[in-house]
Amino acid sequence: MEIFIQQTINAISLGGTYALLALGLAIVFSIMGMINFAHGELMTITGYTLMYCGLAGFPFLVAAPVAIGVAILAAVIMERVAFRPVRNSSGATMLVTSFAVAVILQTLFQNLISTRSQAVILPDMLAQSIHFGSLSIGINQILSISITLVVLVALNWFLRRTILGMAMRAAAEDFSVTRLMGVRANGVIAGAFAISGALAGVAGVLWVAQRASVDPLMGFIPVLKAFIAAILGGLGSLTGAVAGGFALGFIEIYLAAYLPDHIQPYREALALGMVILLLLLRPNGLVPAFNVGREKV
Amino acid sequence: MAILTVEGLHVHYGAVEAVRNVTLSIDDGEIVTLLGANGAGKSSTLNAIVGLVPSHSGQVGFRGESLVGLATEHLVRLGITLTPEGRRVFGSLTVEENLLLGSMPLGKAGDQRKDNLDRMFGLFPILAQRRQQVAGTLSGGQQQMLAIARSLMSSPKLLLLDEPSLGLAPQIVDTIFDQIVALRDSGITILLVEQNVAMSLEVADRGYVMAAGSIVTSGTAKDLSSSHLIEQAYLGHE
Repeated sequence: MEIFIQQTINAISLGGTYALLALGLAIVFSIMGMINFAHGELMTITGYTLMYCGLAGFPFLVAAPVAIGVAILAAVIMERVAFRPVRNSSGATMLVTSFAVAVILQTLFQNLISTRSQAVILPDMLAQSIHFGSLSIGINQILSISITLVVLVALNWFLRRTILGMAMRAAAEDFSVTRLMGVRANGVIAGAFAISGALAGVAGVLWVAQRASVDPLMGFIPVLKAFIAAILGGLGSLTGAVAGGFALGFIEIYLAAYLPDHIQPYREALALGMVILLLLLRPNGLVPAFNVGREKV
Repeated sequence: MAILTVEGLHVHYGAVEAVRNVTLSIDDGEIVTLLGANGAGKSSTLNAIVGLVPSHSGQVGFRGESLVGLATEHLVRLGITLTPEGRRVFGSLTVEENLLLGSMPLGKAGDQRKDNLDRMFGLFPILAQRRQQVAGTLSGGQQQMLAIARSLMSSPKLLLLDEPSLGLAPQIVDTIFDQIVALRDSGITILLVEQNVAMSLEVADRGYVMAAGSIVTSGTAKDLSSSHLIEQAYLGHE
């Protein structure tokens, strides 16, 4: 039972990080119709900012918001420099552009920083745990779960209660009519990237806080997972991205915990197999986007 | 005094010329209808006026200002707006959220936003009842009313209406046309694109008829309804 609770907490924590990343992908996709594969590099940028802040002697409580801020800035610059010129091109063009941005950034990290993994200085407190009877829960995970929750609630508030949030929901549904409402296309898209940058930044801080290191390819795997989570949830649906992120987190952790040893090497294949199975049952995802299948004008 | 002038407008989609050399003008306080069969270029003309599709050449002037090259989101602030074909309400947003977005061209004029909201609920009482309902669950007629109300939230001087009667039950169509007349009487100039020729000519002052991308005839609503020009435009007779 204790192992089960422990693993469930691990699953919520990992699933939460996937959910944040998948949300970032979904917000941009819902408005622009583009999967931003350079989303992972925003995480990596966050990681390196944490590393440099640590080396400069900043406390983690200062470094984390700075790193998230840098991720937001990087996301907005990415949109302005790389994606705005191809905004009205085909989905394939935008996809390839985002791959190019990802590879360029990875190469820059490798050449300007290091090809090897770098240590990130973290407060000792993060490595400690709290004991409830025989159950011990890492402070790390408690923080990770609480921060994810706060971010999800704040984002939900922003999208439902502010006029910019409303405009972003409208733009996800019908971009041209949103412009007829006097909503600036550039503003909404820059806003979407800023939010996706913030989400990648938070996810990056949580990711690094679990691992205490950063390397040039750090963002690739988690964002690939987040992409799977976003599709599982229903591409373009924000609720779906969260559901997909948690679902993937649970599948991965429980398989790792409960699969017999001799099947463990097939774990990833099994996890993806389960995703395919879920998609066969619900082809549009767990929580389909509102305008799924409708023509985007 | 012309509120809208369009001169020599051309719209291309790739190699296809959807609008050819369209020239029209609308005076302050008029209802002008733009008629024609499916694919005649009516919607393309409206979309080009508000910049949703790029015009290839030609001039569009609104109260003496040129709209050519202005982005849609900027020109709606000048007092021109379009209620698009097929209603296109934001289905996952509530009725009230749809209306609030419609008031965005007003900028920070908060009082007017509140006034307009109350006015829309007075004009379309059904929307007041459905205020917190998501728009996707409204009936077709209610969605059309919401689409028109959403356009009116920006206090436009000129309203472009694209096929407001499309797919609606006859009684609802009557209500919508009554509203169009009431809007004109309240001082809004209207350019009405319609398939419903008889009803459009009944409410309009003047009309233009398009076929194959060009304007083939125009005149007062009375002249158009008593002549055979419209039948010819629809059926392609010489």
